[in-house]
Amino acid sequence: MTALSTAPGHVADRAAARPARRSPALRGTPGQWSGRFVVALVLLAFGLFFAIPIVWLLLATTKSPTDLIQNNPFSFGSLDGFAVNWNALFAFQDGAVVGWLGNSALYSVLALVITLVVSVPAGYALALTEFRLRRALLVTTLVVMLIPNTALVLPVFLELNSVGLIGSPLAVILPFSFFPFGVYLTYIYFNTSIPRDLLAAARIDGCTEFGVFTRIALPLATPVVALVAFFSFVQNWNNYFLPFVMLPASDQYPMQVGLTSLLASTPAFNPSSAGAASVQLPTLALATIMSVLPVLIVFLFSQRFLVSGMTAGGTKE
Amino acid sequence: MTATVPDVEATIAAGVTPHLGRSPRRSGRASVRRSPVKNRMGYVFVSGYTVLMLVFGVFPALYALVLSVTTIDGSFAGFDNFAKVLGDYRFLPAVGHVAVYLAIWLVSLLVLVVLLALIVHAIRIRWLSTASRFVFYIPGALAGASSVMLWLFVLDPSVSPVGPLLEAFGFESFVQTINPANLPVVFTVIAFWTGAGGWIVIMYGALNNIPEEVMEAAKIDGANAVQTAVRIQLPMMRKWIAYMGIMSLAAGTQLFVEPQLLSQASNAVVANDYSLNQLAYLYAFQQNDFNGSAAISILLLVIALALSAFFVARGGLFEKD
Repeated sequence: MTALSTAPGHVADRAAARPARRSPALRGTPGQWSGRFVVALVLLAFGLFFAIPIVWLLLATTKSPTDLIQNNPFSFGSLDGFAVNWNALFAFQDGAVVGWLGNSALYSVLALVITLVVSVPAGYALALTEFRLRRALLVTTLVVMLIPNTALVLPVFLELNSVGLIGSPLAVILPFSFFPFGVYLTYIYFNTSIPRDLLAAARIDGCTEFGVFTRIALPLATPVVALVAFFSFVQNWNNYFLPFVMLPASDQYPMQVGLTSLLASTPAFNPSSAGAASVQLPTLALATIMSVLPVLIVFLFSQRFLVSGMTAGGTKE
Repeated sequence: MTATVPDVEATIAAGVTPHLGRSPRRSGRASVRRSPVKNRMGYVFVSGYTVLMLVFGVFPALYALVLSVTTIDGSFAGFDNFAKVLGDYRFLPAVGHVAVYLAIWLVSLLVLVVLLALIVHAIRIRWLSTASRFVFYIPGALAGASSVMLWLFVLDPSVSPVGPLLEAFGFESFVQTINPANLPVVFTVIAFWTGAGGWIVIMYGALNNIPEEVMEAAKIDGANAVQTAVRIQLPMMRKWIAYMGIMSLAAGTQLFVEPQLLSQASNAVVANDYSLNQLAYLYAFQQNDFNGSAAISILLLVIALALSAFFVARGGLFEKD
């Protein structure tokens, strides 16, 4: 996504003009020192605030229910404990979790594919072609992109209910596929990063309009396509409200909604659910990890790519 | 509130938009050929997206609007449905809950995100700056139900990693921690934990876009870090701060998943009609009153649309030609 930045050379210039920045300032007045101390304290406090819950959650999956309550919150249980929790989770309602994870993957990936198939050409057309109502479509895209996606959930439910689509996987996949933000991202990319002369040259060489898009523009847009794919996937995978409303049957739930079924069967939070099928807290912790695992992995391993994409033109590194 | 994180991510990515070089595009404008063929291809390329936009953006909104002004048998009802939901004994408390939550959340979000972004930006030690942003940002992967689930554990003193801290505040049990009076703060903490990191990364990007010469000039004039922040950095981040405020306000009015899960996890210590979206949900699913549900949805949608349209028109952050 660095291709989106205004002028790659600019960043380098700036870094060169600022050699002083490299030396960690170890000198300073007492006032500066106390300032630094406060800053360090604030950073540490918020670092702990953001990190502790995740670290704790990872450790919790290795413990037995009694360890979880009695032992130090930051102690490691045992690999056996993890295996027990793992087996308990996948034994819940005869392996319901596998089905939920599969549903999440199915809904997210299908919607992602449709999103890419419709959004990338749309962004291209908005940026590089002229047609009637182009500007209207662009402004509508912007406005819809900025409203919270929960705002349309109940209206879409009412609409799909009137045509009898509730309970169909399509009731989740198709609304997921409408992703104005993806169109806007590709629009910006095509508008700023594709030399128009290149497209004109292809035309002169006899390339069809469709060929110009598939052979010239699309290969150049790989980074932005990846970015749209990522955002679409994360948003679909994590969505709770829409599938919660659209899919009444448990075997159709995505993992996010399935998670609440697990919660309802956890006696620690819901005493009425005590029984043979009950879920222990460490198992619920493991379920929470499983429910975000694909997204977490993407976040961990592509953070650099994502962050540079998000703030292209403004990164220091 | 399911929207928070995707929104923030969306927002972050939208960070690519400003400060993009305009000049190459403008000069390139002249070379665009607008042949009839090209015209037709334009329609073909936007057709799929336009259909989705109509079916899942425009029509649902219009249909909800129609439902909200009709009765169950389809005859015109005027504002009866709106009068009914506004007069519902659960409506005003729900507005109150959402408003208190919004006030606490917006203030803490604005103050802390800007402060943390300034601090992270000021760090001279590169690995520390990178690592801080990483730690702040990672919780964004846990959105919606997952982050609420995690916080159920953290808020339960018997298993919480910060149990002693909760007890120091006088919370001995889960039910005490999630006492309805604490909920706005609890939701703020959850939303901040999940979403703030994304905003910090955006603000950090905005700070990096302030020209080095301006910062140098301030330093030469003898401005210290605080003066530079107040006189230069804050004014130059104004648009982004406004953006964060408006987007968070719009997302906050939609509060749903947090109270919904807490209600389930607490055996209804938290009522299931805590927020407006929950009330709209109850109208549709418990009372089978789709017209009433549509009326609440329309009220929420109008707020969201108004904020969004206002920002698109006045914010100056997005390119719309």
